[in-house]
Amino acid sequence: MALSFMEGNEALARGAIAAGCNFFAGYPITPATTIFNSMLSMLPPKGGICIQGEDEIASMGYCIGASMAGKKVMTATSGPGISLYSEQLSFAIGSEIPLVIADVQRLGPSTGSATRGADSDIQFLRWGSTSGVPVIVLAPKDALDCYILTIHAFNYAEEFRCPVFIASNKEIGMTRESFDLDSVTLPPIVERKQFSGDTYLPFEAESDAAPPFLPIGSKTLVRQTSSTHGPDGYITIDPDVIAQNQARLREKIHSARKRITLFEKNIKENTDTLIISYGVTTRAVDDAGKTLEKKGNPVSTLSLKTLWPVPEEVLMETAKPFNRIIVIEMNLGQYINEIRRILCDKKVEFYGQMNGVLIPPAKIMEVVENE
Amino acid sequence: MNSYLNKTRPLVFCPGCTHEKITKSLDKAFINLNLPADKTVIVTDIGCSGLFDTFFNVHALHGIHGRALTYASGLKLANPELNVIVTMGDGGLGIGGAHVLASCRKNLDITLIILNNFNFGMTGGQYSATTPTEALVGSGFLNHAEIPIDICAIAESAGATYVDRCSGHDETLPEKIARAIEHKGFSLIETLGMCTGRYTKKNQLTPKALDQMVIDLPSKGGLIEKNQRPEYGERYRALAREKMIFPEAITIEKQIDLKNYREQEVVILGSAGMRIVTAGDLVCYAGLCAGMNVSMKNDYNITVLRGQSVSEILISPEKIGYPGIKSPSVVLALSDEGVQRKKKIFSTLKPDTFVLKEKSVALPETRANVVEIDFRKLKIKKQDWALASLGIMAKEEKAINKTMLKHALKSRFSEKLYQIAMETIEKTI
Repeated sequence: MALSFMEGNEALARGAIAAGCNFFAGYPITPATTIFNSMLSMLPPKGGICIQGEDEIASMGYCIGASMAGKKVMTATSGPGISLYSEQLSFAIGSEIPLVIADVQRLGPSTGSATRGADSDIQFLRWGSTSGVPVIVLAPKDALDCYILTIHAFNYAEEFRCPVFIASNKEIGMTRESFDLDSVTLPPIVERKQFSGDTYLPFEAESDAAPPFLPIGSKTLVRQTSSTHGPDGYITIDPDVIAQNQARLREKIHSARKRITLFEKNIKENTDTLIISYGVTTRAVDDAGKTLEKKGNPVSTLSLKTLWPVPEEVLMETAKPFNRIIVIEMNLGQYINEIRRILCDKKVEFYGQMNGVLIPPAKIMEVVENE
Repeated sequence: MNSYLNKTRPLVFCPGCTHEKITKSLDKAFINLNLPADKTVIVTDIGCSGLFDTFFNVHALHGIHGRALTYASGLKLANPELNVIVTMGDGGLGIGGAHVLASCRKNLDITLIILNNFNFGMTGGQYSATTPTEALVGSGFLNHAEIPIDICAIAESAGATYVDRCSGHDETLPEKIARAIEHKGFSLIETLGMCTGRYTKKNQLTPKALDQMVIDLPSKGGLIEKNQRPEYGERYRALAREKMIFPEAITIEKQIDLKNYREQEVVILGSAGMRIVTAGDLVCYAGLCAGMNVSMKNDYNITVLRGQSVSEILISPEKIGYPGIKSPSVVLALSDEGVQRKKKIFSTLKPDTFVLKEKSVALPETRANVVEIDFRKLKIKKQDWALASLGIMAKEEKAINKTMLKHALKSRFSEKLYQIAMETIEKTI
């Protein structure tokens, strides 16, 4: 058995290559820069394209153009870059342009701390665009997750024709660690559904699915637009057409949410407490769980990997038998709002920390033990 | 083809608007060049110039204000066969200025037609980056305190290989656009026009006056000789083709069997230039050679040549959970800066923690087992202190042993570097 040894950012880039990514555009920003570095060394030998944009807005624009030409595209940044991506994100969401966006989160607000981790952007990624159309956000806990979730991210982006975020964290992206890639089963690669009929209307689709795709440059002419459009890709003011399209943008992700819910759970018999967490924090939660079990005070844990769409069924089913729910986050309380919304009949406790360092297992034990 | 204009989508510009003439000139240019419609894309942004993509039977991408060149660049890089034409108003020019400059510098084979009508037509005639200082526009007195830009002069200085300027009413505009499209590289053509819905209501402007403006402004006749160079896409692909070797991931085979190995936490406290990260890497490799799981976090300043450099390593027979340091088993204290960065840990160290302290380094109070070493006396250079410390760790069997270290050095270094490293390490053993 040979172990791989790399940082989360490199694992994420390698996951992208494994998923068939052939276009990357990004702008340097700590702690995401090493994704760009990795893509720059890996894409050219594979015949792919890697570009440094003149800014984050341009990087997203290059990705949008390349995606519309049929490429599988990715970009990578951190919180301040997500701010700049916002207008292009709205375009990609509303006009169904497949993209994968790695957000290696750092401590905000604003410029914040370039080399300090935090799960700063969990609500921002969901709501940082106009209209409120849902997006997909996946949260890795370690380097191996970076690899696997990036493949899932590409699959979802291609199937649903939407931006998919990987909410990584400085503490994962820039931490080098060993993992056994041979021990995991990777998801099969999903490709964009190509149009094969006679008359192509670029946004004609089933009521709960993304439209079939043709690239700009194909024999059939293709229209893409950031304006409110009908199936033909021309601007529309028809309220029925607008309503149908808005509903479909929501429904295509909402109706598939069970299938795109990724999580790990560790339910111990005769336990009263369930700890819910995501990202790098889950690792401290697991360690705390092990120690608590040794001390005769076991807890159960639920680690979410799909944060958006909110895995409502998993949360409700898993939490059902527990009297005490504790949510731990590497921020001062973002995803807790979703969990309280779903588990509205339960008392949900919260511990969050926003000081640039990891939440240690000892802190989590203290939260559990101080009932 | 007779015309590329979409008969089902007639032009919708205000009567007398120059945009209509430019639309027809663009159609004529397409006809003259006999461009294949399925290999041609019009990319637009916001404003009246953003309507262009709807009038033509070619591929179309309509996006956000000022960002058209970014989509155009992505399309052209992804599919070099495409003829990519961008239309942009003086509004898009202002808000997307960075992309205009980048396009001039890059020289991707894209044609940018700027429809300069001196104001924001759609939103009420506010001033733009090209509004004359004395003009009366929808922004009150604000433009009276600014001057307009000359985008052609800017484009030339930014390295554009083709720059042209003319009136939108110029009879030769179709030929001018065709020449710009034919140019291999980035071509920019600025057209001056009348916004009859807004601008000309308060400002006298006629086709004749536009002709005079073109004469009065510095002339640009197309090719900019001093900026001629290869097209970006071709240059990019030629450079990328030379990168033939795919960097495979580092994997390390288990080479040693260790019995009763317990989780170790190693903290290396040093400064920039002391090769702390390399030493941390070697500790990881030592663990990996023994089939252990490892993780490493580094902490150094943004200005990498100054300040502390700290490496935190975990080695464990189990899968590593929390990747932070809880209770170090080994601390290498090699510089005051490094120690200061983590000074809080010293009071928490257990009596069996092995602390190796270089003679020159001051330590906060600690219960740990502190061993002092004088690297200067051993004639070991500062940049090798971290490496030499690994030798002492191995000798003392703290976290790693000699076999692990040798395997690590062999895996991480070339034969030559391995020999040099071993010479340093042997000074300590």
